[in-house]
Amino acid sequence: MIESLERTEARLGDKFGGGILEVSHFRDELTFLIAKESLIDILIFLKEDAELKYIFLTDLTATDWPDREERHEVVYLLYSFESHSYVRIKVRAKEGVKVPTASGIWDVAGWFEREVYDLFGVEFEGHPDMTRILTADGFEGHPLRKDFPLTYEKPQFSHSVDEPPEVVK
Amino acid sequence: MGLEEKIPEGILLTTVDKMTNWARKSSLWPLGFGLACCAIEMMSTYGPRFDLARFGMEVMRPSPRQADLMIVSGRVSNKMAPVLKRLYGQMPNPKWVISMGACASTGGVFNNYAILQGVDKILPVDIYVPGCPPRPEQLIEGIVKLQEKIKSESVRRKKK
Amino acid sequence: METRSMTLNMGPQHPATHGVLRIQLELEGETVLKAYPIIGYLHTGIEKTAESKHYRKVIPLTDRMDYLAPMSNNLGYCLAMEKLLEIEVPEKAQWARVCLTELTRINSHLVWVGTHALDIGAMSMMLYGFREREKILGIYELVSGQRMMSTYFRIGGLAEDIPPDFDTRVREILDLFPSRYDEYEDLLTNNPIWRNRTIGVAKISPEDALSSGLTGPLLRACGFKHDLRKANPYSSYDKFDFDIPTNDGCDVYARYLVRLEEMRQSLRIIRQALDGMPEGPFVADAPGIVLPPKERVLSEMEALIFHFKIITEGFCPPEGEVYQGIESPKGEIGFYIVSDGSPYPYRMRVRPPSFVHVGALDKMCRGGLLADVIAAIGSIDIVLGEVDR
Ligand code: SF4
Repeated sequence: MIESLERTEARLGDKFGGGILEVSHFRDELTFLIAKESLIDILIFLKEDAELKYIFLTDLTATDWPDREERHEVVYLLYSFESHSYVRIKVRAKEGVKVPTASGIWDVAGWFEREVYDLFGVEFEGHPDMTRILTADGFEGHPLRKDFPLTYEKPQFSHSVDEPPEVVK
Repeated sequence: MGLEEKIPEGILLTTVDKMTNWARKSSLWPLGFGLACCAIEMMSTYGPRFDLARFGMEVMRPSPRQADLMIVSGRVSNKMAPVLKRLYGQMPNPKWVISMGACASTGGVFNNYAILQGVDKILPVDIYVPGCPPRPEQLIEGIVKLQEKIKSESVRRKKK
Repeated sequence: METRSMTLNMGPQHPATHGVLRIQLELEGETVLKAYPIIGYLHTGIEKTAESKHYRKVIPLTDRMDYLAPMSNNLGYCLAMEKLLEIEVPEKAQWARVCLTELTRINSHLVWVGTHALDIGAMSMMLYGFREREKILGIYELVSGQRMMSTYFRIGGLAEDIPPDFDTRVREILDLFPSRYDEYEDLLTNNPIWRNRTIGVAKISPEDALSSGLTGPLLRACGFKHDLRKANPYSSYDKFDFDIPTNDGCDVYARYLVRLEEMRQSLRIIRQALDGMPEGPFVADAPGIVLPPKERVLSEMEALIFHFKIITEGFCPPEGEVYQGIESPKGEIGFYIVSDGSPYPYRMRVRPPSFVHVGALDKMCRGGLLADVIAAIGSIDIVLGEVDR
């Protein structure tokens, strides 16, 4: 496992040295932070390279960092059936900036991207069907953003209909 | 609808009440749909070990037009709420609602933006069954309680 | 003559959609031109809720995602947290976890075989499936006191030691179930109606399966011998001897055969786990993370302080992010946890297998008949709680 990760790091570094902004190791997991421009090239390379063969997109999700200048971080998790290893690719984007879609590479990416769009409001460029997927019709906002309130109801100690429970936003 | 409208105003009924209530309580037809985890426990209740058929209500109706009991089994999301309301509207009178589980009754552990905090905000609930999920025995107890409630109703006073 | 295709709406209240799935079908006569799943009718906001809870208190939420396989979800989350915190789980806890997650696999597959067969028209299968399932729920109740939402696994091990008659009760299941599986096979495997409704139905090519991200039994029914229990062993699965069933059929029947064989293999694993159950502690020795035993809390000051701190303040894992995928009955369920050093998860992402599989529904149904849509939905074994979270 560890050797295969080292190999991945070396090969990707050779090929896309400029596109890789940061490499990190944590608990035997390999993470690349890459530039948005080279995202699609790197994903295709990882998938099609005869040595690496990260042919399976396990997960695609995002995290939200409102304090950073580029608040959206889209996370791709790739898996190789040959070396049984995962590699994580991240790109960052400013609010309102579109990230290129990976739905041309894996069908499942389009499905995940809709979820990311719905929950985080990251738009993907070239996605065939950029619509909300989970939240209710007419829902406003993107629930998994940090500045979206959980919106909970305070416990109610009265049975009176005239005193509806307080909703905290 | 039904019996209620056929009887003119100003008449007291005792034996007819008893008979209709007995008929209604012994053949409750639940609407066969499930929402979340509680639905699996509801299915266990229909299943071989707990066997709801003993209480005369194992006939699950897939269509709301033929059902008179709605068991709200699980959490109701804001997206599902209008659908649920419409399903309730499609059921013929008289009809009853059981709210099964903590989520359906109060929102349960999910006190957040997505879940309706209690199905009683949109439907008139007759019986609340607590638990997460309620055991099948609890659900049966709830249904038996509902039968008792039906027994004490009058054809004249049943809510529309 | 002008012809038009027809749009048909199926669900969210439909007896064969296993909950609240809604599908928009475009039909030409009986043939499906397009199937567009609309999900979210059970969107619960679990990922958002998790961000407002201490790490320990997220475990009950994971139960309520894939409610047919609660223990698998617990295991995935606990393993991810143990990876983040670098906790070594004692052997006994690992063995017990293996035993219980395999029971969970059987539990989930039993509900699947019951409801799937019911959808296709074999009513009695559902009753049989639920009859056997009660036995497994009995074990859940024995260890945790709850029939379904057991929350028995904790970060670092188990909530409590396994009870004394655990062994005999599980062995009863081991003795009983093989004959019951034979019964299912008698009823279904060579049943001409069953075969007609499943063979060649809802096919998906291996390439499409990979591209659509299918995992678990669906991928194995396309001929891939991939199972995370073997490929990336967790929780000591590498010490157990079992086979990975595969099939090249790519259709509903192949998935049925794979799952049925998986249930037999699970029994094999459980038997090994029971035979080799080691002695020793059931939780890791990690003060500040694992609750001290109750007797010590009542008698020692230090234990009481730890107990109090864990319950009220939680604990702060190091900054970083981990992903842990495990082989749940449905496929690969993964937990991606981002920690910012506070007692609350910064992000808890679940990689839900059912969610991915629903996305592949269109490919399976296209060109097939309307009635086969039901078979396709049944065969991918979705749980809406996990699809929508
Ligand atoms: S009450 Fe519990 S079991 Fe029932 S739907 Fe809610 S979370 Fe699920």
